[in-house]
Amino acid sequence: MIIHHPILGPRDAQEFVYLGDASLIDRPDGMTAGIEAFHDYLYQRSNPAGEHRELWYHEQGDRSWLVVTRNTVTHEITKVELARDVARAKGRSK
Amino acid sequence: MRYSGFRVIAEALTGHNGWKPVWRDPTPQADYDYIIIGGGGHGLATAYYLAKEFGQARIAVLEKGYLGGGNVGRNTTIIRSNYLLDGNEPFYEFSLKLWEGLEQDFNYNAMVSQRGIINLIHTDAQRDAFTRRGNGMIMHGADARLLSRDEVRAMYPWLNFDNARFPIKGALMQPRGGTVRHDAVAWGYARGADMRGVDLIQNCEVTGMRIENGRIRGVETTRGFIGAKKVGVAVAGSSSKVMAHAGMRLPMESHVLQAFVSEGLKPVIEGVMTFGAGHFYVSQSDKGGLVFGGDIDGYNSYAQRGNLPVIEDVAEGGMALMPAIGRVRLLRTWGGIMDMSMDGSPIIDKTGIEGLYFNGGWCYGGFKATPASGWAFAHLLAKDEPHKTATAYRFDRFLKGLMIDEKGQGAQPNLH
Repeated sequence: MIIHHPILGPRDAQEFVYLGDASLIDRPDGMTAGIEAFHDYLYQRSNPAGEHRELWYHEQGDRSWLVVTRNTVTHEITKVELARDVARAKGRSK
Repeated sequence: MRYSGFRVIAEALTGHNGWKPVWRDPTPQADYDYIIIGGGGHGLATAYYLAKEFGQARIAVLEKGYLGGGNVGRNTTIIRSNYLLDGNEPFYEFSLKLWEGLEQDFNYNAMVSQRGIINLIHTDAQRDAFTRRGNGMIMHGADARLLSRDEVRAMYPWLNFDNARFPIKGALMQPRGGTVRHDAVAWGYARGADMRGVDLIQNCEVTGMRIENGRIRGVETTRGFIGAKKVGVAVAGSSSKVMAHAGMRLPMESHVLQAFVSEGLKPVIEGVMTFGAGHFYVSQSDKGGLVFGGDIDGYNSYAQRGNLPVIEDVAEGGMALMPAIGRVRLLRTWGGIMDMSMDGSPIIDKTGIEGLYFNGGWCYGGFKATPASGWAFAHLLAKDEPHKTATAYRFDRFLKGLMIDEKGQGAQPNLH
């Protein structure tokens, strides 16, 4: 698979480390969220067959985190964003 | 029809006219006591044991494609019970004991071959870890032996013992481990279930679940609605898709695992060998092909096919261990979809919906578990309480902090 890095252009997926569902960006607030919310955040996954937004880390490159939109049935990648931009759009500070 | 050596001779003398289809192709009834979703190894074993061991009737198995067309036909056929943790080892040892009596039990030749499995050791730390695991196995009634470097060399003199990075220093062996003809497992269970009145319904995909007041009433399928008192889901690989019909999210991701078989060679590997440090394992089929594999591809996938980088990685592992295979050609590669759970261990449990039961999360270890998985799931379905060897395989173990994490990787499914 080729991942079109927003800054570096087309890169082999082998340069990246895969983390999982991009919902991992939405970590609950540790001071207010209950154990159930953290359980769901850490362990439960939608795991769709089809379009999936997921986190990839460019370990052998610029070490940026990306949010890749990829089809889990065809492996086609339709969108790549910097995770930083996605998180900031959600109101996260970093 | 009962199979026996006498039967084979009698048929040979009479032109093989007496062989009959091994199971019926029934039309689904309006309702059943039990519906098992998934006509693979685990689903068929569940139906078989429900009928045979737990005396239940009015059972149907619903299969979206054909019987045994999923992971039970895509694995690398290895059986073993070499686990460390208390939540796992009694279950897998129960499974291995069932394998040992399986062919007589369901009167079908599954070619169970206890040719032994060895896990190679490269460092002192690894020897300590494998010694501990072997002791754990023995304490749970399994068999384990620690092999010296010379004992491994006597078995496989042509391995690369002096690899600079991973020199072979010994191995943990389970002599009772081995291989089984995987398709025959599905066929044997299917035949045994059919003979006991189970309806095996193929080309019947579940498209929805009818749930009223927190209780399951039946399933919507491509062949219409089928009512049921109890529904058991055994569709590992597609668990998240099927359980989404009940509004459930699961603690797992689906990943593709590739497997490989080479052209046929003369007998060279008598048992199963794992080279964990090199992400490689291998056995040799009765036809002579080297059957081998390595890691999952590592990203969510429902594609049933993998990518080339993993093929390269597995081939490198094979070459590091066995330089002699350098000119062996690959015959086939294929992929199967794994339920990769959050701690690397399976789930056999009730759900929050009354009458709906779940069996899945087998990661890449589902095949060896087939008999015990079917037995334990049938036990749960029939008695509403877990089998004594499967009490730890609960949904709530993540909430309670009771994970069964053999590798200690944490909630990272692609690392288990």
